[in-house]
Amino acid sequence: MDWINVIIQGVLIGGLYALFAAGLSLIFGVMRLVNISHGDFIVGAAYVAFAVIQMTGLHPLVSLVIVVPLFALLGYALQLGLLNRVLGGDILPPLIVTFGLSIIVQNGLLTLFTADSRRLDAGAIEVESLNLMPGVDIGYMPLMTFVSAVAIIAGLQFLFYRTTMGRAFRATSDDGEIAQIMGLDNRKVFGWAMGLAMAVVAVAGVFLAIRANFDPFMGPSRLIFGFEAVIIGGLGNLWGTLAGGIILGVAQGIGAHIDPGWQLLAGHIAFLAILAVRPRGLFPRVD
Amino acid sequence: MTDTVLDIRDLSVFYGNAQAIDGISLSLARGEMLSLIGANGAGKSTLFKAICGMVAPRTGAITVKGRPLAGLRPAAITELGVAMVPEGRRLFRSLSVEENLVLGGYVKRPGPWTLDRVYSIFPILRERRHQPATALSGGQQQMVAIGRALMSNPDLLLLDELSLGLAPVVIKDIYALLPQILGEGLATILVEQDVTRALSVSDHFVCMLEGHVSLQGRSDAFTHQQISAAYFGT
Repeated sequence: MDWINVIIQGVLIGGLYALFAAGLSLIFGVMRLVNISHGDFIVGAAYVAFAVIQMTGLHPLVSLVIVVPLFALLGYALQLGLLNRVLGGDILPPLIVTFGLSIIVQNGLLTLFTADSRRLDAGAIEVESLNLMPGVDIGYMPLMTFVSAVAIIAGLQFLFYRTTMGRAFRATSDDGEIAQIMGLDNRKVFGWAMGLAMAVVAVAGVFLAIRANFDPFMGPSRLIFGFEAVIIGGLGNLWGTLAGGIILGVAQGIGAHIDPGWQLLAGHIAFLAILAVRPRGLFPRVD
Repeated sequence: MTDTVLDIRDLSVFYGNAQAIDGISLSLARGEMLSLIGANGAGKSTLFKAICGMVAPRTGAITVKGRPLAGLRPAAITELGVAMVPEGRRLFRSLSVEENLVLGGYVKRPGPWTLDRVYSIFPILRERRHQPATALSGGQQQMVAIGRALMSNPDLLLLDELSLGLAPVVIKDIYALLPQILGEGLATILVEQDVTRALSVSDHFVCMLEGHVSLQGRSDAFTHQQISAAYFGT
């Protein structure tokens, strides 16, 4: 029964990793931008939720009503005001700029909130669980995180394949130059994509902050989990990203069950093994 | 009220220090078709890119219906009524046939071209509308590219190498449909390697050689030898 429990808990934490990865996958898919500051913005969202809760007394999940639109606007402004200026044929300038952003966000959070680790208190729901069978319990919070990840990825999938905005994303990703002569303004399309990615980042940040302590410097490790989930799943495939998150979560769970010190290592080994066998990930987008 | 759709004056375009277009001037009225001929590297595609706003001229001016294009982004130029069928078609590979066509109408200019109208000209596209556009044959892809350009209801249509990579019978079919497609008072510039075919469908032509105009006039006003000499610079 232990192993069933390990697998189930791994699947559930995979939902959180998929949330880390979805925004990363989205912006890479649309504008080929590798956002090094993605993990720091996840932590930034956790801190913004923390500040909102301090000011308003809202429940962490209710704070999403404020944090998500705030981050969507931040993403749109960041893209139009900064990142569009460095996007082009060369991949290096956006890498350097987002690396710089990562440092700015980390040190900004340190200045504003100190190095003390924080946590969002979601109340009794954090410890309540559903008993599936003897020895196998599912916590409501992990379940809610997983269901949110599935819902967000389904929503993004719908947006990509059933809406005008999604057509604009795919067309710009396929051929940005021709998309422009169809009347699409790439700068705005990229702005929408970054706004959407940052909205997902906000959700990821709040769920992360309810699950575990956070501090200003934990962004890069979230970025690595996100990258691994995206690459395991296959670049450009949102459902693949969810699968990548689950595989990473289960691998970490198995590693931790064997020896607690092996948790992270097991995830990285699974990532490397999949990369060695399927360099484009398990479910790459078919062009 | 002038019927002039496109007016280009003393246009020069550079890529770095290399001059691609050297002082070209031309104008085009509503309903006219102009063939732009010239060897590879003559500057034909660069001229299209300059009209669409994809490259910025160093000197000179381009106006569309009296509106200067200087400083406008490609999307704004499309809104003014310029559409292009690019060389090699360049369909969006992750979009279906219908999605490609619908995206062509993104700017929603008023006019006669709708999805149904495109399907009535190219019935095969209706049958294949849910297939990925790039899974179609070359000729059908060219139909999608033409339909996509028409969906924006342009005043000026730029056709870049319509026959490139297509079988002769398909080229014949597409050219047979051109009068029906262009019978809406469109101003059209056609770039075509098949000079005889291009001259046969156009009112005027401009022959380009190494970035400048080597010959221009009515399509029936010059002999084959004169056009050859202008084309090859001999």
